[in-house]
Amino acid sequence: MTAESEVAAVSANTARAAEVSKAARREARRRRGFGSPWAWLIFILGAIYFIVPLLGTFEYSLRTRPDNLLAYRQVLADPKFAGGLLYSFIVGVITIIISLLIIVPTAYWVRLKVPRLRPIVEFVTLMPFVIPPIILVFGLIRIYSIKPIQLTASNFGSDLLLVAAYVVLSFPYMYRAVDTGLAAIDVRTLTEAAQSLGSGWIRIMWRVIFPNLRTSLLSGAFLTLAIVIGEYTIANFLGRNVAFGPYLSLLGRNAPYQPAAVSLISFGLTWFAMGIIAFLGRGSRGRVQLAGAH
Amino acid sequence: MTFLELTNVQKRFGEVAAVEDFNLSAQRGEFVSFLGPSGCGKTTTLRMIAGFEQPTEGSIVVDGTDITNRPPNRRNVGMVFQSYALFPNMTVGDNIGFGLKVRKTPSSKIKAKVEELLGIINLPDKGNRYPYQLSGGQQQRVALARALAIEPQVLLLDEPLSALDAKIRIVLRKEIRSIQRQLGITTVYVTHDQEEALSLSDRVVVMSEGRIEQIGSPAAIYNFPATPFVASFVGTLNLLGANVVDASDGRLSVGGQEVRAARPITEARNGSTVTLALRPESIELGEGGGSNRLRGNVEDVSFLGSIVRTRVRLSADGVTVSLDTFNDPNLTPPAIEELVTVSFPPEASLVIGAGPAPEVDVVAEG
Repeated sequence: MTAESEVAAVSANTARAAEVSKAARREARRRRGFGSPWAWLIFILGAIYFIVPLLGTFEYSLRTRPDNLLAYRQVLADPKFAGGLLYSFIVGVITIIISLLIIVPTAYWVRLKVPRLRPIVEFVTLMPFVIPPIILVFGLIRIYSIKPIQLTASNFGSDLLLVAAYVVLSFPYMYRAVDTGLAAIDVRTLTEAAQSLGSGWIRIMWRVIFPNLRTSLLSGAFLTLAIVIGEYTIANFLGRNVAFGPYLSLLGRNAPYQPAAVSLISFGLTWFAMGIIAFLGRGSRGRVQLAGAH
Repeated sequence: MTFLELTNVQKRFGEVAAVEDFNLSAQRGEFVSFLGPSGCGKTTTLRMIAGFEQPTEGSIVVDGTDITNRPPNRRNVGMVFQSYALFPNMTVGDNIGFGLKVRKTPSSKIKAKVEELLGIINLPDKGNRYPYQLSGGQQQRVALARALAIEPQVLLLDEPLSALDAKIRIVLRKEIRSIQRQLGITTVYVTHDQEEALSLSDRVVVMSEGRIEQIGSPAAIYNFPATPFVASFVGTLNLLGANVVDASDGRLSVGGQEVRAARPITEARNGSTVTLALRPESIELGEGGGSNRLRGNVEDVSFLGSIVRTRVRLSADGVTVSLDTFNDPNLTPPAIEELVTVSFPPEASLVIGAGPAPEVDVVAEG
């Protein structure tokens, strides 16, 4: 047998193996059919659990008379709504960028060079779950309201503190998302492959690590954004009532139907963000396959 | 002229010596394999050449330049990994062109080089595919092309075929050797598969427990193993305990029957015990194989496809010798317990060390 015919024979078998595997999947799908009635029951119960409160809120938000959509019109016409949303969005984006710049290199380095430190780093990133935001913000105010670094004296200084606090709050979500992404790729070998091809650390991070963490980074980023947009305590105590969280709280005190409308609008925005994650992360399944004879 | 030179290279991880006193000089264009069992230090040595591990002592020189302390990205050494390590986010073409992009090569040249290499690895139409869309064998070809694209001074391959199935492994083995010859690139290949090492290499470095056991051509390694380890690891071998009858004349006693070695025995004195190594294929059933003859009863006959292995008990205390004959459908294999004579030439008898035969088996399979 010549090398060419051997290659052809092997390729033919590989193609056949793929066909067989596809046919087996089709057969398994056919056998499964529509699934068991129990699975459907659990699915329907779960759907009711999530959908009924939403429907209730929606129905309540439409009770304004004579114009059923008045609450939505008022919310969307209120410049504080758009202003608050934009402010929180900008703060959220800055938080995400800083958080990514801290977490990605840290998680990468820990996995690559000092894996024994991983439990410690994991513990540190969990601190925001242990320390309530109220404690965090009081600590920040106590330290940064006196000289030499008196940040709370100005709006800009408070904005800086707000971002810093949000970066800390984002750690558990961002670290877990990034760490999970790193676990799915062979970080060490990919790094070494890039190094052997002449690549330095910055290029490795930018061209190899970041793109392969795309879905994880997006998950971490949108979780962070969702937290920042709805956050009330820190923004309120730092006097940044222009943020969306304090705006929502203020609105709830003065108007009966608008908070329901705002809740649904922010819920819609969150789902929109999730849709973006799903859209941008499409096709990434299977790309991390690094080895295997087939 | 020496192109790749490792001098007194050592690597210690704390108290553990992974590689000790490693010396190697490879010529330009030579294909050298590091062969040994897991944990023998072959991959660590390869990683030191690549720059992923720093030697504790010693130096690594490529084409007259000491690269011992250079970071891996400044060595111009191409590496192919067992797990392929293709960048999942890049197409095949981008993977191959990655190293050239790092070197700021103009995109027209990158494109031409990628196309050339895709042709060499027989995947001319796969440039726009992603790694996950390729089979394991195809991915490893791409990994090879990627390493070759930067025109490295030395190509390192770390068990590149281990993750592939047997048939693809043989096909790719031929391709790797053919490409290496075509490009004349100095290559170091790590494997634990003796067949791979013997069939691919100009020279084989057999390693055990961090040390070099023997360096030599595949034929020299196979026919003249320097140590009992090499003898037992490479190929299939009879390791027989023998008593020295007359060292100056090379006469030995195996299971009470006398044979003669090719050379005088310098490792041991008369009356002492040595290990005699005999390849199964150098022994013949009958008296036509050479002047050394041993008689015994057939203990077992195994059919191994193209060959038939017969085990003959030489003495009541269990000394046995195995011999291989080509499978011939017209011949009847000997019956169990049949009294037979086996023969071999003195040149096939290799005394590989003083002391009793290692307690591996009468036949040590590599």
